[in-house]
Amino acid sequence: MAVVAHAAPFARAQRFEASPAASDPPLVKWVIIGISLTFFALFLLLPLLAVFVEAFKKGWEAYLRAVVEPDTLSSIRLTLLAAAVAVPLNVIFGIAAAWAVAKHDFRGKQFLITLIDLPFSVSPVIAGLIYVLVFGAQGWLGPWLLEHDIKVVFAVPGIILATIFVTVPFVARELIPLMQAQGRDEEEAALVLGASGFRMFRDVTLPNIKWGLLYGVILCNARAMGEFGAVSVVSGHIRGQTNTMPLHVEILYNEYQFAAAFAVASLLALLALVTLVLKTFVEWRAGIQAQEPEAP
Amino acid sequence: MSAVKVRRVLPGFGLSMGITISYLSLIVLIPLSAVFIKSASLGWSDFWQVATAPRVMASYRLSFGASLLAAAINVVFGLMLAWSLVRYNFPGRRIVDALVDLPFALPTAVAGIALTALYAPNGWLGSTLNELGIKVAFTPLGVLVALIFIGVPFIVRTVQPVLEDLDIEFEEASASLGASRLQTIRKVVLPALAPALITGFAMAFARAVGEYGSVIFIAGNIPMVSEITPLIIITKLEQYDYAGATAVAAVMLIVSFLLLLVINALQAWSARSNERVR
Repeated sequence: MAVVAHAAPFARAQRFEASPAASDPPLVKWVIIGISLTFFALFLLLPLLAVFVEAFKKGWEAYLRAVVEPDTLSSIRLTLLAAAVAVPLNVIFGIAAAWAVAKHDFRGKQFLITLIDLPFSVSPVIAGLIYVLVFGAQGWLGPWLLEHDIKVVFAVPGIILATIFVTVPFVARELIPLMQAQGRDEEEAALVLGASGFRMFRDVTLPNIKWGLLYGVILCNARAMGEFGAVSVVSGHIRGQTNTMPLHVEILYNEYQFAAAFAVASLLALLALVTLVLKTFVEWRAGIQAQEPEAP
Repeated sequence: MSAVKVRRVLPGFGLSMGITISYLSLIVLIPLSAVFIKSASLGWSDFWQVATAPRVMASYRLSFGASLLAAAINVVFGLMLAWSLVRYNFPGRRIVDALVDLPFALPTAVAGIALTALYAPNGWLGSTLNELGIKVAFTPLGVLVALIFIGVPFIVRTVQPVLEDLDIEFEEASASLGASRLQTIRKVVLPALAPALITGFAMAFARAVGEYGSVIFIAGNIPMVSEITPLIIITKLEQYDYAGATAVAAVMLIVSFLLLLVINALQAWSARSNERVR
C-alpha cells in the first residue's frame, strides 16, 4: 500500500469504458456498481453514520457534557501522550530501517523486512500480553521493578510500550519501497560534490521521501490513537489514570451510558475521517511528485 | 591507482542498522520470546492440555472458521468494489475510494460498538433481520460481520493496483480472437488478478484471526458459542492464569508466523506474475 503505487490517474476508467472490447454492457456495469455500493453502504458507511447518530441521540448538551467530563478529558490527554511518544520513535526507527534496507546491500535483507512487519501479524491481545510477561509482577523484570518502585504494567509506561509495538511497521514499510525505487544515485552525487552525510540526508533524501514519510506518520498516528486490544491488556482500566479514549469508550458502553460512549467514539471517528482526508491529499501530492520530471 | 573499488557505499549503514536491530530487539523480539519461554516452563503435557481444552478448541473453530468465511466473502465483494472503482465512472466514486480505508483508520472499539448498534435486536438493521428470524448481534454471525468489516480494505487495496496496471490490449486481443466478454473475464482477467486476490485473502484472514476490538462488543462472548481466541487469552489473564494465557497465545503466534511466511511467498509470486502481465 505504498503511497506512490496507489496514486493512480483517475482518467483510467474512461479509457476502459471507451474501448468496446474492454467495456461491459450497461446492465452488467450497473448491477456490479449496485452490488458494490450496497456492500459498501452496509459494511462501511452505515457503521460510520451510526456512530454520529447515536452520539447525538440525546442532543447537543448531553454530547458536550460527555466530552468535557473530567474522565473523558484525562483519556484524551493520555491518548495524545501515547501517540506523541510512539509516533516520533517509530519515525526515527522507520527512517533508520529504510536507510539500512533500501540504500545498502547485505545478507538477510528479506528476513529483516519480515521482522519489521512482524507486529502486523501479531494479535493486539498478544502484543499486550508480552509486556505483562516481561514487566508484570510475575514477569522477568517484575521483582526488580517492584524493588525500585517502578510501575510499567497497569500504568502509563505499559500503555505507551503497547502503542509503540502495534505501530512499529507503519513508517518503515512506507519508506522502504519508496527509497528502494529512488535508488542511490542522487545521494552518491551529493557525496561526490562534497556534501557531508548529514547535508546529503537533509537536502537530498528528506525532500525525496517527504510525502511517503508524511503518509506513514498519518497512518501510524491513527493506529496509535485508536489502538484498543493491546492497550486494554496492559492498562488495568483505572478511570482518570490509565484509560485511553478507546478504553474509555468501552467502559462507558459497558456501563450502559450509550450516548456518552458514542460521543467519545465520535471524536475518534472524526479523527479517522481527518486521517482519510489527509491520506487522500498526500496520495494526490505524491502522485504529482512522482509524475514530475527529475527536479533540477 | 589502488585496486578497483566495486561500489561507493553510502554512509550511515552502521548507525541505521544499529538503531534498527536494537529497536526491533527491545520492542518486538525479546518481549515476543517471553511467550515461548513462558509456555516452555509449562511442560509439554500441561501445555497440550491448556491449548486443546474444549472451550479453547471451540474458540479456535470460531476464530479460524469465521475469519476464513469473512475473507472469502470479502474476496467476492471486494473484487466487485475494486472493479467498480477502477473500471467505471459513477457519482461519488472518489468518496467511496477514500472511505474504503475506513477500517484501517477507525479505531476497532468504535467499529465494534457501531456494528453492535446496527445489528442489535433493536438496531437499524437488527430489528428488520429479527423479524425475519435472523439474529446477528451476540451470535457467531455477529463475529462474521465484524470480521468482514475489518477485512474489506485488504482485498480492495491489493486488487486495485493490479487491475489498474492490467493492459487494456490483453482484453482487446482476447475479444478480437473471438472470445465472448465472459470468456475474456474468466480466462484473461481473473487469472491475472488471482495472485493479488489470494494475497489479499491471506492478509484479511491473518488480520481477522487476531482481531479483538471490533468483535467483542457484537459477539456476546458466550463460552463454546461466540467466544473468540483472543478473548480466551484476556479471560485467562483476568483470572491471573498467566501460564494458560501464554499457552493459547503461543498457539496463535505459531499460526500467525506460518501465515506471515505464506503471505510473503504469495506477495513475491504476485509481484512476479504482475511483471509478466505487464
